[in-house]
Amino acid sequence: MTFDLNTIWFILVGVLFTGYAMLDGFDLGIGALHLFTKKDEERRVLLNSIGPVWDGNEVWLVTAGGALFAAFPNVYATVFSGFYLAFYLLLASLIFRAVAIEFRSKQPMFWWRQMWDIGFAGGSILSSLLLGVALGNIAQGVPVDERGEFAGTFLGLLQPYPLLVGITTVALFMMHGAIYGVMKTEGELHDKIRRWAMNAIIFFVICAATTTMATLLYIPHIAARVRDNPWLFSIVLANMLAIANIPREFHRGKDWLAFLSSCATIITLMLLFGLNQYPYMVYSLPNPENSLTIHNAASSSRTLETMLIIAGIGVPIVIAYTVCIYWIFRGKVKIDRMSY
Amino acid sequence: MAMDVLFLSRLQFGLTIGFHYIYPPLSIGLGLMLVLMEGAWLKTKNPVYHQMARFWTKVFALTFALGVATGIVMEFEFGTNWATYSRFVGDVFGSALAAEGIFAFFLESGFLAVLLFGWDKVGRKTHFFATCMVCLGAHFSAVWIVVANSWMQTPAGYHIVGEGLHARAEVTDFWAMVFNPSFTERLFHTICGAWSAGAFLVVSVSAWYLLKKKHVDFARLSLKISLVVALIASLLQGLSGHISAQGVAKNQPVKLAAFEGLYETTSNAPLMVIGWVDEKNSKTHGIEIPYLLSFLADNNFHSTVAGLNQFPPQDRPPVASSFFFFHGMVGIGCALIGVSLLGCFYAWKKKLVEKRWLLWLLVFSVLGPELANQLGWFAAEVGRQPWIVWHELRTPQGLSAVVKANAVLASLILFTFIYFLLFAVFIYLLNDKIQHGPHEDDLIPSGKLALPDELTEHKNHDL
Repeated sequence: MTFDLNTIWFILVGVLFTGYAMLDGFDLGIGALHLFTKKDEERRVLLNSIGPVWDGNEVWLVTAGGALFAAFPNVYATVFSGFYLAFYLLLASLIFRAVAIEFRSKQPMFWWRQMWDIGFAGGSILSSLLLGVALGNIAQGVPVDERGEFAGTFLGLLQPYPLLVGITTVALFMMHGAIYGVMKTEGELHDKIRRWAMNAIIFFVICAATTTMATLLYIPHIAARVRDNPWLFSIVLANMLAIANIPREFHRGKDWLAFLSSCATIITLMLLFGLNQYPYMVYSLPNPENSLTIHNAASSSRTLETMLIIAGIGVPIVIAYTVCIYWIFRGKVKIDRMSY
Repeated sequence: MAMDVLFLSRLQFGLTIGFHYIYPPLSIGLGLMLVLMEGAWLKTKNPVYHQMARFWTKVFALTFALGVATGIVMEFEFGTNWATYSRFVGDVFGSALAAEGIFAFFLESGFLAVLLFGWDKVGRKTHFFATCMVCLGAHFSAVWIVVANSWMQTPAGYHIVGEGLHARAEVTDFWAMVFNPSFTERLFHTICGAWSAGAFLVVSVSAWYLLKKKHVDFARLSLKISLVVALIASLLQGLSGHISAQGVAKNQPVKLAAFEGLYETTSNAPLMVIGWVDEKNSKTHGIEIPYLLSFLADNNFHSTVAGLNQFPPQDRPPVASSFFFFHGMVGIGCALIGVSLLGCFYAWKKKLVEKRWLLWLLVFSVLGPELANQLGWFAAEVGRQPWIVWHELRTPQGLSAVVKANAVLASLILFTFIYFLLFAVFIYLLNDKIQHGPHEDDLIPSGKLALPDELTEHKNHDL
């Protein structure tokens, strides 16, 4: 692995998607758990726990998409046109998620709130699932023809392995969202979400173990990579330690450390995915020679360089004020008249 | 079949971008209004300004949410439907889009949290700073997207690498790419349109309150600020439009010829004020002002203006629709100058409240910038045809190679349905907020915002 511009951009795009998973992941998780409570007041607390931040979190996806477009236009073009219907479904579910948050509490009628609650939960679950399925397909490899165009079908995207990764993603975000919820709530709801969090952890661990086995058994190119580089298991180990640390921090009453552990879980998973993938961006199955790599799918090095300067100026500023904003809204959620 | 995919993809892009473009101009314009309102509050300490800022923040939140939700579709759509175009322009368009994400969207959405939910959590100055940042972020997003779009109109700072399907534009000079020939004037024109959209929305709602004799103090003050902004914005809109048109005359003469329905190359060219194009017989009928087109295009009454016949038919945009969109936009723009002048005049004479006909006119004026913004973009983009990137890539060449017509039809139906639903809900909630009106509690700033003068004042009252 040499740190040329293409590799740096592979890492940066990965960082942006990881940032998205870590931040919007808990928004989507809160959405997925939303219907588990029936009380309007509790649903409002859940909504408002992500209220001030979900918008900014979704921007990570927008920026990751923009960075992919700029740095690896061939990947952007092949994947987005290839996964056409899947991505439109993803867009539709992200839209329902977004507007449901905005619209839900604007009217007091039961049917109104129930409708948007279902939209919020459905949109969140479907978004997580589809994002996971897309990731699963990239990990498994998709058919690419010699022009570098996607050569599969919509139904071909719904094979068992990608679906398994999709469900694992839902579980991961549910766990992440529940832990975030524990951190942001108090009283009865707090205890309730803590129970959800424990169940979500179990659900996730089962899914993750199944996915890991399936990967090693059925995805030969990743299995080969792991065989050749046994040190990759140290990341798996770190990942398991991070998960195990969550109940421990709960027990010690350090909810925010539990949340950081959950973030570490996501980071290690994405790191594993990236290391297994490199230098491929879209692995072509059954013709690996048609694969899109960080070299044959990239923009000119001048653009990668310019963009690196843009990112170098922009990203530190973004991180600085994002931290400030999370700081302003720290602590438990209180419903007031500005709330959703 | 290829034709069908082209037609459906263009229809879908038109629908999704047209619907999206209802919201960002409102966010930019209302962002500016919020800065002015909150700034006036900090300066004058008049609580009505605080009430105004609070009320319009809620409307802003609504438009912003829809802008984000529909904007993400746009970013995906280049890749889903226009994959070959995306490969061709990735180097250029992608960097502008990524810069938009980093410099604009993060700024906007991050500080929006403080603007919406931070009223009682942070002090006045911090809150005002957040409002300014949201407004700035909204303006930045216009900057980068207009960079990308203007490059499609007047590409610069690049060279073509590769051939045929693998040809793509690579940036050779980043700043020449950003400041491409049409960028500054088109940005100026777009921003003015956005300011108009925001200002006229405030004008309209305030005029309606005055007609209904509700929230009168609030409405008078709102109307005063918003009318001034509306007047300035619509005058600047005229100026920027003029500069833009001169740019089009220089950079894209065939587009100007289509806007004006001018078939024959003419010196002393007349300006068509209103009319229609008979594309079959290559004739334009209507009311003309002699010499004016030559003058507007080149500051000289006798200059020669290129007509459509000078260009090969396969390089001409659709004439009748370009003409209609362009004239519609210009007509509405002029009407808005008139309306805001009248409003300001009577407001200055302190007779506005008595002129009910004028208040009614102001209530409906909100539709003006909305229509003009849409028509303006239609004119700009239809006038660019048959090119997706001017003189480099034709629109049909930009399509995704692997996407079939039935897939596009499915997404088109899905999103038509979703967007109609969203629009209905948007109008319903906007109306609901307007009916509710400003909150009386907002006349007394609370929390940290209240410190320190209001608190001491209240204590004195208690004594």
